[in-house]
Amino acid sequence: MAQKKKRLLQGNEACVEGAIYAGCKFYAGYPITPSTEVAEGMSVRLPKVGGKFIQMEDEIGGIAAAIGGSLAGLKSMTATSGPGLSLKQECIGYACIAEVPLVIVDVMRGGPATGYPTGPSQSDIMAAKWGTHGDHPVIAVTPSSVPEILTETVRAFNLAEQYRTPVMVLYDEIVGHMREPIAIPEPGELEVVDREKATCKPEEYFPYDDRHLVAPLAPFGSGYRFHVTGLNHKQDGFPTNDSKVIDRNNRRIIEKVETNKERIWKNEETALDDAEVAIFTIGSTARSARFAVNELRKSGLKVGLLRPLTIWPFPDAAVAELSKRVNAIIVPEMNLGQMVHEVERCAKGNCEVEGITRVDGEPITPAQIMHAVRRFL
Amino acid sequence: MSTIAEKKEKVSVPFDYNKYLRPNKLPHIWCPGCGHGIVLKALLRAIDRAGLEKDNICMVSGIGCSSRTPGYVDFNTLHTLHGRAMAFATGVKLAKPELKVIVITGDGDALAIGGNHFIHACRRNIDMTVLVMTNSTYGMTGGQYSPTTPLDAIATTSRYGNIEPPFDACEMARASGATFVARGTAYHTIELEKTVHDALVHKGTSVIDIIDACPTYFGRANKFKSATHMMEAIEKDGTVNVKQAEKLTPEQLKGKVLRGVLHKVERPEYCEQYENLIMQKATSKK
Repeated sequence: MAQKKKRLLQGNEACVEGAIYAGCKFYAGYPITPSTEVAEGMSVRLPKVGGKFIQMEDEIGGIAAAIGGSLAGLKSMTATSGPGLSLKQECIGYACIAEVPLVIVDVMRGGPATGYPTGPSQSDIMAAKWGTHGDHPVIAVTPSSVPEILTETVRAFNLAEQYRTPVMVLYDEIVGHMREPIAIPEPGELEVVDREKATCKPEEYFPYDDRHLVAPLAPFGSGYRFHVTGLNHKQDGFPTNDSKVIDRNNRRIIEKVETNKERIWKNEETALDDAEVAIFTIGSTARSARFAVNELRKSGLKVGLLRPLTIWPFPDAAVAELSKRVNAIIVPEMNLGQMVHEVERCAKGNCEVEGITRVDGEPITPAQIMHAVRRFL
Repeated sequence: MSTIAEKKEKVSVPFDYNKYLRPNKLPHIWCPGCGHGIVLKALLRAIDRAGLEKDNICMVSGIGCSSRTPGYVDFNTLHTLHGRAMAFATGVKLAKPELKVIVITGDGDALAIGGNHFIHACRRNIDMTVLVMTNSTYGMTGGQYSPTTPLDAIATTSRYGNIEPPFDACEMARASGATFVARGTAYHTIELEKTVHDALVHKGTSVIDIIDACPTYFGRANKFKSATHMMEAIEKDGTVNVKQAEKLTPEQLKGKVLRGVLHKVERPEYCEQYENLIMQKATSKK
């Protein structure tokens, strides 16, 4: 087979290519550093494939219009960064309860507030999961290279369409702005999932049909006239005060992710088979960690890396299993400790758990990680 | 000349409201004396007169009393978040321009928390008809002052009188670029039906500010004797049709708000511009 031609692309550009590959036909957003290249790319690429791009008046308008586009039947996306993620949170909750497929790209910069717009961070991990109020499901994928941004963006669309829920593509500014060679996959090379279509008679259609964990979603204007609301609702989509129905639906929207965790999780393991110390990290920090593992292995030290590509739902099972066979799990992250608490929760005291934190806008270096690992070997 | 029997026949054909309603979702939540139901009646008649198909209508609303309207009508209906109706509606319309998008919103929803979306939807001149039900209060939260509460008026958050000047939705819409701007009231039902019809057939952003006073909160707090008294004072005596106004002196017009079509111009519509300029340029083989 001939060697496929590679292009040098920026992470955010790869995100655009992934979205187009996945069949995204609608983008609405607002400019914000360091995610703006996603909007710029989509504004050029979408009209070429018959899609629509709109720059809205603010971040809230961006996600609101994207939800509207998705309900009209188009695969939809918005992209943002820290302050924008804060502004979008109410609408994220809306997409969760109304069960609207949507991809939200968050390129993480330093915070809080305006913080360090051009500096990298990984400080939105908890905001991605818990930023919107109320109990709700969230799926978040965490690529750590330019090619992986493309493939994970495709996966994010697939998960959003499959589970009728917002999915975040979460990566730090370093991954978003780095350039790497990338071969754009051919059509058919990657799996592309479309939402389940309604096939019943319109009068028998329920947008939240009790018989399904994830009911088919008919697009507006297709002859299925139905109601969508952010209020607790019955299977027909209309508001309800029935406590049994409210309880069932609040649990179901979470269960549709929880019961499918095995399918949504995706982990990469490096040198973990005989490891005595494991590193658990994502994004650009995983690149430093991989370098550190290689260096330490050269000295004969038994260290490995567990890198989740799905951070939400949190990879409970993988961390719990790992905690039983290593002495320590090191959790480097560009924040003041977010993932580390989740790792502690899953490790249940089976091993030591130690975080490495950094919030000065500089990446966590291999040396920092090696230093931490050596203390446990 | 038609016979009496023929005349009777003509008069007795009732308008089939149930064709457009979801009867099993009624009764509605609105209070006795509220004009929202009257506005809905005018809207349904206007939709019928405009010959719109139910499958092709998408009604979008925000949060508030008036925003509960979509639940009662048999269209594609989207009840969104407080203030965000026009942003959601923009997404629906751009994604599927063949849909007729109607936004139902209140003065707090459209002009306070949703003010930015209101301004920019008008600026884009994206094809949607926006009914702003102006009742000068936040009814659903129990009667706080809103962006259209008159000076000195009493609300649960202005017990000593409102010191914020009210806001004119029509002036804002016009200044922002809406190409059809009108005002109606729940009192002038026949006029309202015609205004809504004209807005529905207009291409571009059409905004109708509908004065629709709230007897439960605004009325009681401000010592109106009854819902009808309040309706007459605010909607009947407080307004004048823009055509009648031409014949009145400035003295006679004092304190009166203009009704009717206040502004109507032709300007390229957003979705058509997107199709004709952006899509064409992006796909041309240059």
